[in-house]
Amino acid sequence: MGITRDEVAHLARLSRMSVTDDELDALAPQLEAILSAVARVAEVAAADIPPTSHAVPLTNVMRPDVARPSLTAAEALAGAPATEDGRFRVPRILDPDE
Amino acid sequence: MTDHPTPSATTSAAATTDVVQLTAAATAAAIAAGELSAVEATQAALDRIAKVDHTIHAFLHVDAEGALAAARSVDERRAAGERLGPLAGVPLALKDVLTARGMPTTCGSRILEGWHAPYDATVVSRLRAADVVLLGKVNMDEFAMGSSTENSAYGPTRNPWDTTRIPGGSSGGSAAAVAAFEAPLAIGTDTGGSIRQPAAVCGLVGVKPTYGGVSRYGLVAFSSSLDQAGPLARTVADAALLHAAIAGHDPLDSTSVDVPVPAVVEAAGRRDIRGLRVGVVRELAGDGYDPGVQAAFTAAVETLTALGAEVVEVSCPHFTYALPAYYLIAPSECSSNLARFDAMRFGLRIGDDGQAGAEEVMSRTREAGFGPEVKRRIILGTYALSSGYYDAYYGQAQKVRTLISRDFAAAFERVDVLVSPTTPTPAFPLGAKVDDPVAMYLSDLCTIPSNLAGGPAMSLPAGLVDGLPVGIQIMAPPFADDRLYLVGGALEEALDAQRGHALLDEAPAL
Repeated sequence: MGITRDEVAHLARLSRMSVTDDELDALAPQLEAILSAVARVAEVAAADIPPTSHAVPLTNVMRPDVARPSLTAAEALAGAPATEDGRFRVPRILDPDE
Repeated sequence: MTDHPTPSATTSAAATTDVVQLTAAATAAAIAAGELSAVEATQAALDRIAKVDHTIHAFLHVDAEGALAAARSVDERRAAGERLGPLAGVPLALKDVLTARGMPTTCGSRILEGWHAPYDATVVSRLRAADVVLLGKVNMDEFAMGSSTENSAYGPTRNPWDTTRIPGGSSGGSAAAVAAFEAPLAIGTDTGGSIRQPAAVCGLVGVKPTYGGVSRYGLVAFSSSLDQAGPLARTVADAALLHAAIAGHDPLDSTSVDVPVPAVVEAAGRRDIRGLRVGVVRELAGDGYDPGVQAAFTAAVETLTALGAEVVEVSCPHFTYALPAYYLIAPSECSSNLARFDAMRFGLRIGDDGQAGAEEVMSRTREAGFGPEVKRRIILGTYALSSGYYDAYYGQAQKVRTLISRDFAAAFERVDVLVSPTTPTPAFPLGAKVDDPVAMYLSDLCTIPSNLAGGPAMSLPAGLVDGLPVGIQIMAPPFADDRLYLVGGALEEALDAQRGHALLDEAPAL
């Protein structure tokens, strides 16, 4: 086992988080220590055991398709970092060179 | 005191202190009897916050105006003859992970600094319907990840018993506010012990209800299959009143379970546990447990025997794997849940200069907005869920979760409740474990099994170790939350009688 500095940088990219060199230096050994502590789950012989995702049985929840009072557009947009014309304004999502 | 409240300036300091020391039940009874107004009770709490919170730092936001308006409404309706609920006019501190209109919701994070939710969490709308007075929002580890409240972006909260020590976490602000007499009640949330561990180290009663028993609508998700909101209070009876006020099915939460709320208030008052079968969990003892914690626990168990309970030892062999399973499951769910903090629809946005693309803005915002523990867990969860590691980590942890549920089920065929210490140690000094995540995680050793299996659990003050409170944990099967209150009510009464007063009476003056 073991988690390298490069792997941490890759995982940070997958998580859409910039990380500084200092953070990578700190995170790699910490994650290594955490992983070696949690790897003990592998000791449990559980080949025939079904996994549990939730402690209570879940059933799909349905409701009649009836309009109900909800947030106004202004309320929904009130916490947005930027808005324009009654919508969320977001940075460009396509690379101009593509 | 009169129906028409006098402003605090004309109330003596001694009277104010007396009011803040009342239990929630006594406060509500005094208000209902017209001996105290809700405005007086609320102003006394606000005055106490003004006096001690610069030291304790439990509150991130105090809504004095909103609290006094809610209190005035209670007083007016009482004067008009309206019959009020059992917590009407009682002040409460709300963990800042639950949304409430008119107040900020930060989750202890920079990424939500200044954000106001446009809706009430179901817990909050039920509190408002019960005429509970919301004093404001209290501190927590960022997104409820931590055991010390040191992971808050807004600075740590201090333990009222010893202000150089941690108040526990992640609901450390909730526990400190109640222990410092800033509020008789608080709402916390518990994903791996985040209500019970702070309750234990602050000398309080704290309950994690059965998963699905209290709505998670408006509870900002950390680990959705484990998160559960619940009460913190100074007495078992107060915790029961708050539990009853917030519990019950909610169509807005698809994991809310449609079963009747257990009769927790009635159970808290029964005080008779003769013949009740109590199992001491063999695996939650030994190496790493402070001898003082063990001694206080053993004395509390002897008291249960003296009260007529049948105490036996029970083995739950997979509990030793609960902590590693939790630290795979919770970070995995966290890495998915916290993807919503993407700088697009709410919260912080960094680097949007008209040139940078969305992914770059996202990455820079999450870098600036998340603290170290949140980053650690997002990266750990991303790793545990990645292709090639999924089966070995997340998949295996989910199987361990099944085995832990089976351990509980087997134990509950023999006994009615299980008991253990709540935490392996009393409160540790601030700063002692901030650079050692694995050591910090051990704080939740005893509390995690109930989160993984979904059952309810309570921490109750067991005694003091070198002047610091420690707790006994009581665990019950899913939807048998009333058993916690039955055992807790009887044990609390007996322990208070042994020492001649409530444990919190020994807390140093602030």
